[in-house]
Amino acid sequence: MSKTIKIRAQEKGGVVTVKALMTHPMETGTRKDSKTGKLVPAHFIQEVTCEHGGNTVLTALWSGGVSKNPYLSFKFSGGKNGDPIKLSWVDNQGESDSIEATIK
Amino acid sequence: MKTSMKRRVFLKGSVASGALGVAVGAGLLTPQAVLAAWPKAAFEAKKVPEAINAFMGSETTEASDKIEIKAPDIAENGAVVPITVSTDMAAESIAVIAENNPSPLAAAFEMGPGAQGYVSTRSEGGRPALRQPQGRQGDHRRLRRLIGYLRTPRRQPLKH
Repeated sequence: MSKTIKIRAQEKGGVVTVKALMTHPMETGTRKDSKTGKLVPAHFIQEVTCEHGGNTVLTALWSGGVSKNPYLSFKFSGGKNGDPIKLSWVDNQGESDSIEATIK
Repeated sequence: MKTSMKRRVFLKGSVASGALGVAVGAGLLTPQAVLAAWPKAAFEAKKVPEAINAFMGSETTEASDKIEIKAPDIAENGAVVPITVSTDMAAESIAVIAENNPSPLAAAFEMGPGAQGYVSTRSEGGRPALRQPQGRQGDHRRLRRLIGYLRTPRRQPLKH
């Protein structure tokens, strides 16, 4: 069970809507720490991929320009109720996480 | 399927500057690896045309009423600006650009098989001004579309 991703995938009329919420600081690298006055190093999710039935249905490429604890929603066709989907992210410091869910 | 994927990647790679395009041509990288590569140059570009060029392979854009953007006129909180881009066109990729950010390209989405022209996310920008989502489709006949509007206190649309 993933600690950083919450996901929900719902099928309606052949189109699956995926909504995912990730927990991540998404530091741009340009923000200064208010206490130390030093730049906070960049730390953001670079890539989010979603797989369904062996296909990568969406690849999101992100920068620090995406908000903290990012939200992502997208739609794809061809998914059925009960199908497994997998969503994973990789950040610029090499950390990663993934989650598997079933379409409802 | 496989050949068309390769072709698309090559077209993209061939217009990208530098070593990556060359590597693709020489077959040093698999198409998957190229697709998975994070377009560093595009994200590090400081100007909107540079970012678009690095990501899309050309900076020419075209206004379109077929792309719908949902975003607040004035962001309540500059750190969290919800933005939704949707289109009926078979988009190959969608880029979200915040013109006033130090690095304008905030997010880019590569649509896989079956993906609908719809993405929703939250971007950040201290002074989000011009938002230019772009849809791209086809190989050579790539249609580049653009809708932008200026976020001013007076809520004046700038470009459509």
